[in-house]
Amino acid sequence: MLLTVDRLEKSFGEGAARQAVLHGVSLSLEAGESLAITGESGSGKSTLLHLIGLLDRPDAGEIRLKGELISALDEAGRAARRRDTIGLVFQQFNLVPSLTVAGNLALQARLAKTHDPAWIATLAERLGLTDYLARYPEQLSGGQQQRVAVGRALATRPALLLADEPTGNLDENTTQDVLALMLELCRDSGTALVMATHSQAAAKQLTRHEHLTGGKLS
Amino acid sequence: MTLTALIALLSHWRRKPGQLATLIIGLGLATALWTSVQAINAEARASYDEASATLGGGTVMVLTAADGRIPVSTWSRLRRDGWAASPVIEGELIAGDERFVLRGVEPLSAPAGEAALAPGDQALGLAFLTAPGLLLTAPESVEQLSTLNGLPPVEASAAVARSEIITDIAVAARLLGRGDQVDAVLVDTRARTGQTPLDQLVPELERRTGSSNGEVAQLTGSFHLNLTAFGFLSFAVGLFIVYAAIGLAFEQRRATLRTLRALGTPVWSIMAALIIEALALALLAGAIGVVLGYVVASALLPGVAATLRGLYGASVSGALAVRPEWWVSGFAIAVLGALAATALSIRRAATLPLLASAQPRAWALASARRFVQQAVIALTLLLIAAIIPQLFSGIIAGFALLACLLVGAAVILPPALAAVLHVGQRFARGPISEWFLADTRQQLPGLSLALMALMLALATNIGVGTMVSSFRLTFEGWLDQRLAAELYVTTSDEAQSEQVRQWLEPRADAVLPIWNADTEIAGRPGEVYGVIDHATYRDNWPLLTATDDAWDLIATGQGVLVNEQSWRSLGLNLGDAVELGAGAPLILVGVYSDYGNPNAQAIIGLDALTTRYGADVSRLRYGLRLAAEDVAALTQALQAEFDLPANGVIDQASIKAFSLAVFERTFAVTAALNVLTLSVAAFAMFASLLTLASMRLPQLAPVWALGLSRASLAKLELLRAGVLAMLTWLIALPTGLMLAWVLLSVVNVEAFGWRLPMHLFPLDWLILAALAVLAALIAALLPARSLIKRPPREFLQIFAQER
Repeated sequence: MLLTVDRLEKSFGEGAARQAVLHGVSLSLEAGESLAITGESGSGKSTLLHLIGLLDRPDAGEIRLKGELISALDEAGRAARRRDTIGLVFQQFNLVPSLTVAGNLALQARLAKTHDPAWIATLAERLGLTDYLARYPEQLSGGQQQRVAVGRALATRPALLLADEPTGNLDENTTQDVLALMLELCRDSGTALVMATHSQAAAKQLTRHEHLTGGKLS
Repeated sequence: MTLTALIALLSHWRRKPGQLATLIIGLGLATALWTSVQAINAEARASYDEASATLGGGTVMVLTAADGRIPVSTWSRLRRDGWAASPVIEGELIAGDERFVLRGVEPLSAPAGEAALAPGDQALGLAFLTAPGLLLTAPESVEQLSTLNGLPPVEASAAVARSEIITDIAVAARLLGRGDQVDAVLVDTRARTGQTPLDQLVPELERRTGSSNGEVAQLTGSFHLNLTAFGFLSFAVGLFIVYAAIGLAFEQRRATLRTLRALGTPVWSIMAALIIEALALALLAGAIGVVLGYVVASALLPGVAATLRGLYGASVSGALAVRPEWWVSGFAIAVLGALAATALSIRRAATLPLLASAQPRAWALASARRFVQQAVIALTLLLIAAIIPQLFSGIIAGFALLACLLVGAAVILPPALAAVLHVGQRFARGPISEWFLADTRQQLPGLSLALMALMLALATNIGVGTMVSSFRLTFEGWLDQRLAAELYVTTSDEAQSEQVRQWLEPRADAVLPIWNADTEIAGRPGEVYGVIDHATYRDNWPLLTATDDAWDLIATGQGVLVNEQSWRSLGLNLGDAVELGAGAPLILVGVYSDYGNPNAQAIIGLDALTTRYGADVSRLRYGLRLAAEDVAALTQALQAEFDLPANGVIDQASIKAFSLAVFERTFAVTAALNVLTLSVAAFAMFASLLTLASMRLPQLAPVWALGLSRASLAKLELLRAGVLAMLTWLIALPTGLMLAWVLLSVVNVEAFGWRLPMHLFPLDWLILAALAVLAALIAALLPARSLIKRPPREFLQIFAQER
């Protein structure tokens, strides 16, 4: 089993304003599998991905990646797993505005010291970015920026790709385009995918589909 | 990993070259001003040490006589006894508005440290020794001296300090009108067998070693401290730019930092990258600053050298050497400044929450609570500033007071501006004025550092300007009083002095002897002058305080006047008995101002002077009262009749012009640093407005959409800069006046020994206000212009982006 999430709890706020977002969420994922998590706005999709992606800490529960209890790691260990094993794609793209497309594509691989220029060139070609390598993010369309973000996340050949509403800012055609590319690349590189989305159409394209409601998966 | 993070962070500057330039120029300018002051101080210290070394660093002793003159026979006696002794003559030579120290040495017996004599240069040696002699002076003084008639040929020597002339002792004796007397004899203290001890051989002479040059360092200490304080203030103003630029860069890179963290970059790696970035910028800016500092110091040093000579008689080289102590200090302050300015950004980067939503202008949303905290801190500092003079004294306490005052005023500026704008909002009529005031208030956190820098520069300008102008006004009045005689005559020796006096008696309205003796005043080395009972003194002498019968008691030999600096440092009161070396103590009957003299001085009746000090009295100078139209004729007649020394006859106007020139030079450095600091502050304003302009779109876009044109918005931006500059000036004005008061009443008294009355110059303030507004408008012009030219598409994008 690649990923195991066991009885995850997460609340926000203090005192009377405290609001539980996740109530004992459990799931598991095999290598190369793809899982769509759907739900209403505020249902906790992003929170679940943040916890799995080690961007936040759960109040209770465990997360294991490749058998390792990653939810208990210290700050340095969490940073190392994010860098080396997990790929992240955000709704807002989160590219570094002062780096070119080439710089952004290679950024995480360089941080992880797994920089493979041939692989990045392949990614750029398959993502249709070869002609834009010298451009800056602000000179690209939303769909192109998201393709850079996907390429950056896959440049380290991560075991797990987490995509939080990756097509939320894109139009219908571009959504389909980006989604197809992401799924194809994950399949080819054996990367498991967990994608949060509010689009049922997008969710149907993944191998599994879970719905998050009232802080629980159904 | 750190390298990758560093490259990602540094890439920001490639996209924002203007911001990078702001940062480097700011840090470079700050370092330059600091380095220039350090370079000047280092050069001065080196000159004092060199002077000390010239005197053998303790192995050479200086022998002087109590009356200031040593017969040549005394020197011969020392030589015959086997002592390595060399005579020295020193005097003043005035050329135009420059006062030179003419030093006559005997090259064959001079100590080895006299580098100016260029040992081994045969041609120079012969020219130096044989008639008509040779004057060695600093390269920049050659031209000025060459214009004087009757002087031997002048040659440049880099080893001679500016305003100094070295020549053979015989030439100096002739030019200064000395007969067979010298001023001092330098003796190698390493006695050989068979020599008579100095205290037996020349018991009449006073002995001091080179270490007494420490007195010069001590005297000039306050001056250098003043310069250092000014340098530090300039550096602090420059640091505001760096802090603002780094703070803004952090906000702009907040998203990048968060992305780097999300991609797995550890916190320590990001912190290391930020520190490496700060160090790299500091080294680059430091190098620029050190080079600029050298240029500034080279330009200012001649003025400082003249000031030190004029104020303290200290000899400082006019040429600047590259000394490790100041360039290392320049780099060190650049690094420290950059790290200090980066510290907050590093701390915020370390604690940056990974998941907080991006708030590109979070820093601009400073809460009212923060303003209250600032106000409390500022009021505490101002309270401390008010208490310091009640509890402490001394130059350090003076500077502590200044620091509390300036920092307190700077910190109170943003809350004070916020309060003024808040009140303005209540009275605002119409939506545009309401929006304008509210938006200006919201801009304050982003502009506050630049405004604080502007406030400090304006306050310094007002404070130092008021101090200098008050001093100038007082000094001019004082010169008018003190230099009442129309003509001043200096004779070669006492025989000539008597002849000149007798010759002048029938030709002038009054001949006022300016006779003096070196002695001790209340146990301190000083000089006592004797005056005759004449209306010139009663009507003109600048007395600060005196008994009603002061001049009567002086005339009868019962009273004494002392200069202000002695009066203050000795803590004397009118009616106190003052010891004057010889004879019974005299009653203190008055105190006179004596600007520019670091030593103790007293005035008694002429008869009392000659009775007390007898042969020790120097009787060579006179002041002459006569009708102004007779001055030229009498000058010519005097010069034709007598073989007077160079500059033997000087009219009142020349001395006043010379004194004022010295005064102007004294404050040339201050004025230059003042202008530079103001320029740095104007640049800070420009940098902040330019950077803010690129982040202002979210605030401007809704107003634009509601129907305000880009041109109207640009005009409002200009108006905002002008209004903020004006309000800043309003707060700088009382701060500057308090600064002037502290400088005049605390720092000057401690540093120089005199207190000056404070005069107000409202016209100067208004000019400064106009300059401040103009600087702000110029600073806002470029951002306003780019706002007008910004395509509407960019405004529309604001609404398309989720923020």
